[in-house]
Amino acid sequence: MSKELIRLHDLCMAFDDELVLDHINLYINDSEFLTLLGPSGCGKTTTLRIIGGFLVPTSGDVTFDGVRINDVPPHKRQINTVFQKYALFPHLNVFENIAFGLRIAKVPKDEIDRRVTEMLQVVSLKGFENRQISQLSGGQQQRVAIARALVNRPKVLLLDEPLGALDLRLRKDMQNELKRIQQQMGITFIYVTHDQEEALTMSDTVVVMDKGRIQQIGTPEDIYNEPKNAFVADFIGESNILNGTMVRDGVVRMYRREFQCVDKGFAPNEPVDVVIRPEDIDIVPVTEGQLVGTVTNVTFKGMQYDIIVDLGGFKWLIQTTDHSPVGAQVGVKIDPDGFHIMKKSEYSGLFGDYSSYSEEYEELADATLADEEESGDEE
Amino acid sequence: MKNKLSRLAVPYVVWMALFVVAPIIMMVIYAFSASNGGFTLNNFVKMGAYAEVFIRSFKLALIATAICLLVGYPVSYFMSKEGPRFQRMAMVLIMLPMWMNFLLRTYSWMTILENNGLLNQLFQKIGLIALYNRMTGADLSYFPMMNTQGAVVLGMVYNYLPFMILPIYSVIIKLDGSLIEAARDLGAGSATVFRRVILPLSLPGVLSGITMVFVPAVSTFAISQMLGGGTELLLGDLIEQQFMGGAYNPQLGAAISLVMMVIVVVCMLVMNRFGEGEEQAVML
Repeated sequence: MSKELIRLHDLCMAFDDELVLDHINLYINDSEFLTLLGPSGCGKTTTLRIIGGFLVPTSGDVTFDGVRINDVPPHKRQINTVFQKYALFPHLNVFENIAFGLRIAKVPKDEIDRRVTEMLQVVSLKGFENRQISQLSGGQQQRVAIARALVNRPKVLLLDEPLGALDLRLRKDMQNELKRIQQQMGITFIYVTHDQEEALTMSDTVVVMDKGRIQQIGTPEDIYNEPKNAFVADFIGESNILNGTMVRDGVVRMYRREFQCVDKGFAPNEPVDVVIRPEDIDIVPVTEGQLVGTVTNVTFKGMQYDIIVDLGGFKWLIQTTDHSPVGAQVGVKIDPDGFHIMKKSEYSGLFGDYSSYSEEYEELADATLADEEESGDEE
Repeated sequence: MKNKLSRLAVPYVVWMALFVVAPIIMMVIYAFSASNGGFTLNNFVKMGAYAEVFIRSFKLALIATAICLLVGYPVSYFMSKEGPRFQRMAMVLIMLPMWMNFLLRTYSWMTILENNGLLNQLFQKIGLIALYNRMTGADLSYFPMMNTQGAVVLGMVYNYLPFMILPIYSVIIKLDGSLIEAARDLGAGSATVFRRVILPLSLPGVLSGITMVFVPAVSTFAISQMLGGGTELLLGDLIEQQFMGGAYNPQLGAAISLVMMVIVVVCMLVMNRFGEGEEQAVML
């Protein structure tokens, strides 16, 4: 399972002096479902295109099974791609689209028939052989694109936001479908998306990227529960991110009081970012609260309420099933394992503040607390 | 709403009826009329004498179309691969001759191809003619280039080449680059990408290029008169003679026109049927 297949070593890519990839180091295991996740312009598609052979990196190496493949053209790589807009051949029907790679490889005719038919079954498109591409729906085109790539039995399948053009319902179905196909065929999938939920649902490993750098590599659980910096915490799910001081192991100080937490390994009194997930916060009566604040906004979200609470000028997002009216004074309680402590990074203070939720946005400017540990809610 | 808009089309319908449909009907009537006005098939019977002209016209037009295709396709293809500045420049150069009068352009070729024209003078200066004489034992003082079928074909190619390049270029430039990447991804080298993706997807451009070169080439009369010197009579010349020249016989002229039109239309229909699959490709 965990045999290394692809390694990116110190990869840099520059377009016209603009650094798009900044020293990327990454290894990808055989049969792994790895997702490159990040906002647009973070370099994820560039990374994918380098692996596919459509771009040659400015510096650094790409190795495949231990062999350097920087200069190997795409058609000589054991890698196939599912393109963002599918790129199906409009002059060929479904069967010929899927058979394209096999015909070029001069596979015998009866084997082509067999493998294409088999692939059509895998992607649930039996009976569509003679359809024209223009007669297919988006979801069907998507499946043809996947079949066209997989029929060549590549070692690695690259997928560039393949579900981007589909509606929500179809996306969910295709997510399960893709995961099933990946497990069934035992092929390494490298998947590019900006949709964090998609990444968490499908991946074995998630690589979070921003500004051409890898921010964090880990399992979906790791990424969600132990984000490395404010960017990751904010990009994956919802987070309240506050300034704090790590007094000693297991004790963090913010709002001029100390809280119990489970993190350790920081220097005494080291300034840190404190992440608190909205679902880890309980709203309790004022007398029982560790902190007391005012509800400024309530949004019904179906499964829960999104409640914005003003705690000393910093707006927290709290997700709870209990309704609290706007203007109410509430207590807030967080269990020790609800805190996640991160080292300071260049992203500190940029994310994790829900002031834009509030209608009293302007008031924030006045909400000054002299304490140096006070949350950095400057916009 | 729809009715209001369709009323705007009325002038165009009238225009078409007056200047396109009516002349065709008149041509058909003329083609089946004797000089005294009665119905006859005689015009078509007489045409047999001109089979040679028909064959020559179609042959030269076909050759010219083929040369235009062989030259025009690579030009379009490589042009589309260059940067936008080069493409604009090349486009201007291709269009430039078309801003000059057609007759003037063709006259210029006469001065180039004449027996003591520019080309022959050049050949003389560099000793090509002397070399040729020595090698073959001939005694030429110039290469006869004017008034040959070659000169007529050259004139056709020169005048109609842009009509081949433009449609092909505009199809190739619009080809989705990700299709080419997809083909490479699936194992196709450059030659295979071209053969299996670019060529089939550019066929609609090729077909309209062929149409736009072949149709005017088969019916031209000015080119053959100027560069063929009247010795290489084409259908266009024949028809013109029936209306303007000494052989005044508009009924025969109309019949020849009609037959030519039918042949051309049939050719085009066959060709479009052949390219139907690709037509859809472009619609996408």
